[in-house]
Amino acid sequence: MIYWDLFVAFFIPGIIGYGGGPAYIPLIQNEVVNHYQWMSLQQFGDVLALANALPGPITTKLSGFVGYQMAGWPGAFVALFANTAPSLFAMVFFLGLLKRYQHSPAVRNMSRMVRPVVGVLLAIITFQFFDSSIQDIGILQTAVLTVASLFLMERLRLHPAWVILGSLVYGLLLNW
Amino acid sequence: MYVRDLIHIFLAFLRVGLLGYGGGPSSIPLVHREVVEKYRWMDDDEFSDVLALGNTLPGPITTKMAGYIGYRVKGITGCVVGVLAMALPTVFLMIGLLGLLLSYKDSPRVHGMTAAVRPVVGVMLGVLAYGFFKKAWKDSGMFSTISIAAVSLLLIGLGVHPAVVMGVILIVAVIKGLFERDSGQKGERT
Repeated sequence: MIYWDLFVAFFIPGIIGYGGGPAYIPLIQNEVVNHYQWMSLQQFGDVLALANALPGPITTKLSGFVGYQMAGWPGAFVALFANTAPSLFAMVFFLGLLKRYQHSPAVRNMSRMVRPVVGVLLAIITFQFFDSSIQDIGILQTAVLTVASLFLMERLRLHPAWVILGSLVYGLLLNW
Repeated sequence: MYVRDLIHIFLAFLRVGLLGYGGGPSSIPLVHREVVEKYRWMDDDEFSDVLALGNTLPGPITTKMAGYIGYRVKGITGCVVGVLAMALPTVFLMIGLLGLLLSYKDSPRVHGMTAAVRPVVGVMLGVLAYGFFKKAWKDSGMFSTISIAAVSLLLIGLGVHPAVVMGVILIVAVIKGLFERDSGQKGERT
């Protein structure tokens, strides 16, 4: 049955997909292309390219879209649910536990010690974004965009929405 | 109040979903902005916990955050609203624009757009990272901040998966906390 297949196909990557979108794409590809053969590799590549051109998390775009292609809106919901629900349940459970014992030294320590690690992770992703940007559009364009967005968001306190939209327009005109 | 909160959850994650260019991590500063700065559903500490745990558990980070924060504000309904607000609009876009976008996907203009947004995301992530370091420095001191940061950077640099590093730090923290309790709690307060 297609709903069950969709559920399994997106449940497995949701459980073993560590490390966000990029780590996750091969897992989905394995289910969709190799295992269930819902799409050819070429089609999957097209869908992936399309998903990358749109905003939002890649995994929900992929699961929702593939689910819809296979079984309409119910399929989209099944795939989305299979993809997000398991880790979400775990999240609610563990954070509930943390909240319950938030005054214990163990939990206080956890919150405190984990903060620099979160900082390091964010710093690494920051670096990757700048690195790929420099390789892609060069150091000058990257510097201009960086200084401009830093100024607009941190100095003028402009909402990121405007800065993001502005950069999209800028990128569009760049290659006109 | 109830409906208004749900509308706020919906709007918050709709914006995150529509503005988050460049995959899950790029959405984190946007989530922070909505959840901590705009609606004040949680403070930086709790946000950091959610982010840390979200990173330790498998599955996509943005949906975990949307779902959990929705749940935290308005229970199961909030959870469903949060996830759908973030996920559905772009699924709509994909279905609606499939033909159109496929013919443009290799166009240099589309490519220019996704490239130009990257430094903006980089700035947002960098600012957030700086905030976390500053807070850690203030609360736990220079030594603890630098040593934890250095160790985790080293481990990740050596190829250990970040989720594993996060898990190890969480376990060490718990064990350390249990020992502190045994030794009659130091007079630390937050």
